[in-house]
Amino acid sequence: MSRIEAEVGKPQGGFMKWIDDRFPFTETMKYHFTEYYASKNFNIWYAFGVLAFVVLVIQFISGIFLTMNYKPDAVQAFASVEYIMRDVEWGWLIRYMHSTGASFFFIVVYLHMFRAMLYGSYKKPRELIWIIGMLIFLVLMAEAFAGYLLPWGQMSYWGAQVIISLFGAIPWVGDALVEIIRGDYSISDITLNRFFALHVIALPLALIGLVFVHIVALHEVGSSNPDGIEIKDYKGADGVPLDGVAFHPYHTSKDLVIIIVFLMIFSAVMFFAPDMGGYFLEHANFEPANLTATPEHIAPVWYFTPFYAILRAVPDKLWGFILFGLSVILPLFLPWLDRSRVKSIRYRGWIYKTALTIFVITFITLGWLGTMPVEPVYVMAARVFAVIYFAFFLLMPYYTAIDKTKPVPDRVVYHG
Amino acid sequence: MTEDDLDRNRRHFLGLATAVTGVVGIGFVAVPFLSSLKPSARSQALGVPVEVPLGSLEAGEMIRVLWRGRLVFVLRRTEEMLARLAENLDKLRDPNSEEEDQQPNYAANGTRSVRPEYLVVEGSCTHLGCAPLEDFEVRPAEGWGGGFFCPCHGSKFDLAGRVYKGVPAPTNLRIPPHRFIRDDLLVIGQDTGAA
Repeated sequence: MSRIEAEVGKPQGGFMKWIDDRFPFTETMKYHFTEYYASKNFNIWYAFGVLAFVVLVIQFISGIFLTMNYKPDAVQAFASVEYIMRDVEWGWLIRYMHSTGASFFFIVVYLHMFRAMLYGSYKKPRELIWIIGMLIFLVLMAEAFAGYLLPWGQMSYWGAQVIISLFGAIPWVGDALVEIIRGDYSISDITLNRFFALHVIALPLALIGLVFVHIVALHEVGSSNPDGIEIKDYKGADGVPLDGVAFHPYHTSKDLVIIIVFLMIFSAVMFFAPDMGGYFLEHANFEPANLTATPEHIAPVWYFTPFYAILRAVPDKLWGFILFGLSVILPLFLPWLDRSRVKSIRYRGWIYKTALTIFVITFITLGWLGTMPVEPVYVMAARVFAVIYFAFFLLMPYYTAIDKTKPVPDRVVYHG
Repeated sequence: MTEDDLDRNRRHFLGLATAVTGVVGIGFVAVPFLSSLKPSARSQALGVPVEVPLGSLEAGEMIRVLWRGRLVFVLRRTEEMLARLAENLDKLRDPNSEEEDQQPNYAANGTRSVRPEYLVVEGSCTHLGCAPLEDFEVRPAEGWGGGFFCPCHGSKFDLAGRVYKGVPAPTNLRIPPHRFIRDDLLVIGQDTGAA
């Protein structure tokens, strides 16, 4: 045994010391868990980030097991999903877990984003966390869209037809772009195969990478809180923020309770209403893709419908595409659209409170309109709400600046 | 070597040259990957023409055919349907088929067809590609002279596949290349070339 080996191999603190000399395990655990201090006044809104991570794990595990039996082939895809549902032991559970997980992913992410709008989490110094978060949202939309084609049902096929055709609206390069996305002159086996590759490898990989930097950026600046103050401004003699408690064990033990309740709700849907009356799994998708007939009523899954309603409201192909894209991308600019001096809704004036309430109603109404058939009354309503949707963002620099704000406390406060 | 000995210009040039070479290299490597996304040789070869026998197609009836994986409608129009094509012209966006990409030259006429009786048109809405539904019933009260209605986003087309104004679809339905080999035999995906 050489001298160096003897030195390194010498027991100097047991197994953990041996690990820590080679990998910063204890240091990382401290930095991200036991010595990461988050505000002690977190409410339920602050649980959705953790829940989004839980759903991500559910999707990864159920997804891996689904790929073991699924066949990305236009002839076999639909039958292989039925095979999973009927012949594979517990296959129905794994598949429903994945389909329910997709909808819950968006429920949780939308609530997570709404939290940021309630408490100004996107404001300085957390702009980058918000931008990375928006990129996660975009990748998630692409992931969900690619996944929806895989069962090769009627809605899979015609939904993909519509969304891929959207890119054809781009002047000059549109048609060539559509051909490259499809890899064929129409949506075919080739399209299915490449969407499978995107859904199981490329996009999940991007998702993991973005989630990683999202959390690294968060832990660099620190979590926001319902009072919209910076807890790092008031530290004790030990350098720990006075209003902060360690993520582990304090926040984790509280989150565990929330996770259990969440899984109860998740299970209830998965076992008793996996199709959620046609909202989570659309009825037309229980029929194999038929290239000769579009279903009479075609709508995307519920989580895309607010944006889809805006697309449909525009009687012009190019403008429809532009406004649709804009409606998805606009929230990215919130850190700069919002000119309020305060972060939290607790200390904002009536204007922002009213605007946010109207925005929530608008978003939900657009979502509902997007599921309805194209009839003049619905189209007109969608136009009105689309205008309100854009006004919320575009007028924001104005109304947030003139809104009367209340004084923000230095330390977190408890209300009631 | 000390800081003073550094030739910063030379170092900067070398750094830049390396970066540029690297980017060019990445550009070249990207070509095969991007090209692999295009329709393959097999996809291109599969675009063979299809023959459609017309013998059993009654006037006023429509059949659906797949060509290159695309849906094509073949409608045998009645005299009365053809007469209606001249009405409502002011409600159409491109009544005279002036948009060149949407039909071969030989179909850029008042009926958008080779033989007025037969409309051969791609069943793919020019908005976002849904298959329009046929609705040949005339409803003057609604200003509807029969045609195609896209259930996805509400685009409307007349009995020659011409788009109405004020709907999301920007252009008329596309007419695929086609010709009649015999009186009762249509070929889609092939024309005489002359036209």
